[in-house]
Amino acid sequence: MDSNLRREIILDNYQDPMNRGLIEDESYMKVNTNSESCIDNLDFMMKIEDGIVKDIRFDGEACAISTSATSIMIRSLIGKKVEEVNLIIDNYRKMINEEEYDSEILGELNVYDEICKQPNRKNCALLPSVAIREMLEEKKDD
Amino acid sequence: MHREDFTMLDNDIVFFDNGATTLKPKCVVNSVIDYYTKHTSNIHRGDYDAAIKTNKLYDDTRVVVSKFINSDSDEVIFTSGTTMSINMVVFGYMEKVLNKGDEVLLTKSEHASNVLPWIKLSEKKGIVIKYMELDNDYSLTVESVRKSITDKTKVISIAHVTNVIGDVRDIESIGKICKEKDIYFCVDGAQSVPHMKVDFKNSNIDFLSFSGHKMCGPTGVGCLVLKKKYLNDMEPLCYGGGMNNFFEEDNSYELKKGVTKFEAGTPAIAEVIGLREAILYLENIGIDNIHKHEMELKKYLVSELKNIPNIKIYNENSESGILAFNIDGVFAQDSSIYLNNYNIYVRAGNHCTKMLKDEIGVKNTVRVSMYLYNDKNDVDKLIEVLKNSEDIFKIVI
Repeated sequence: MDSNLRREIILDNYQDPMNRGLIEDESYMKVNTNSESCIDNLDFMMKIEDGIVKDIRFDGEACAISTSATSIMIRSLIGKKVEEVNLIIDNYRKMINEEEYDSEILGELNVYDEICKQPNRKNCALLPSVAIREMLEEKKDD
Repeated sequence: MHREDFTMLDNDIVFFDNGATTLKPKCVVNSVIDYYTKHTSNIHRGDYDAAIKTNKLYDDTRVVVSKFINSDSDEVIFTSGTTMSINMVVFGYMEKVLNKGDEVLLTKSEHASNVLPWIKLSEKKGIVIKYMELDNDYSLTVESVRKSITDKTKVISIAHVTNVIGDVRDIESIGKICKEKDIYFCVDGAQSVPHMKVDFKNSNIDFLSFSGHKMCGPTGVGCLVLKKKYLNDMEPLCYGGGMNNFFEEDNSYELKKGVTKFEAGTPAIAEVIGLREAILYLENIGIDNIHKHEMELKKYLVSELKNIPNIKIYNENSESGILAFNIDGVFAQDSSIYLNNYNIYVRAGNHCTKMLKDEIGVKNTVRVSMYLYNDKNDVDKLIEVLKNSEDIFKIVI
């Protein structure tokens, strides 16, 4: 991907992220996540109905990479079945961790395919996937 | 000053993260290498030459520390650092002598290590924590201390210099008040002992904590300096070798009387020896010279930063080498990643002062913290990079 386009997508999502702001609704699951290695601290909430992710929202303070990755991931996951969401998260994590992955299903999330060049930012990019996975696990336990 | 003594600076970096830890001069590194290559041995147990040398250096460190901060050498306990020192005070002594309803005065700009142990003690014993008011510069005035004291106040526990705002508390006056009112005075010296003269006796400090690695010494060693009268009643948090006189089958035992009661097990010998060398190094430069140098740099940094319109400074008036700022519209961590691109090392975050946000209205800041080896060139490099920060996202994304 062209580096200017990549930067533009990330910056757009950082400056005007999707679904920023939490709402009062008991039907959502909630989780707070903060990274061990950086100072990002985001609250997430997600609604799953009939095996489909209906909505994900977030709020808090985080860097450009965490915030934009959260925004792009939210856009990529809303409307998907839980199994598809798990598959996307698995492949996204593999991409960040420099393992073999399927880029086809990642869509816009591919903008982070070079984040491994900045190892200290991997956790920033992974932050939304950690939060969403935690909520999915919680749902599985219900 | 003395940049040639620090090998790390050969890498052409600007090291502005001295509040977190400091660089080590060659003499300190060499003293540690000497221990590991020439006189490795345990303390207090060997009669051979290497052990005698190690013993001598280890024991002499107490003397060196005590002269540096004006205490007696038998009031100096070696710990793993400030955090451990404060935990020893809270759970080894205060837990024993404080009662339900007793008040402990802190501030919201204290480091986590001077807040969380007290919160835990309030859970255990029902003590009451109160936060003294800060002024418009987020500093603690003596007046505010006076106003906060009630007849239930038993402890004042504060940093001498805070680690984000960098305000210097008038510990001599506060110590005097504590003496008058019979209040325990605990001082977190992590950010002051390395940078300015701290006088344990004249400030009437009961418990003084600090770390070696923030004063050119090794990591893993620090000190708790306490008035002798507390040694008997304070309980060790750790039991084992080196701190007892005897123990028997019938469960009888006797602990040592002095500071070694609090140093169970093999201590951080290499680190203690390195700390000795670090203090001698600082004494040779002169602690007042170090403070003066940092203040000149801070003044210069503030005057230059003020010419950059998109920078917000949070603590321009504090009398230490610490400066907290943000670039408008940029998350602190993105700013520090940007600066790293130019080999400028700063810290971004809440700096373990998670309650300070209530006072300054922002959770995270970029912190520049200076030391003896920083110079005007370092400041100029930072200013230059900050002036050109309109392209920051080209760098950090």
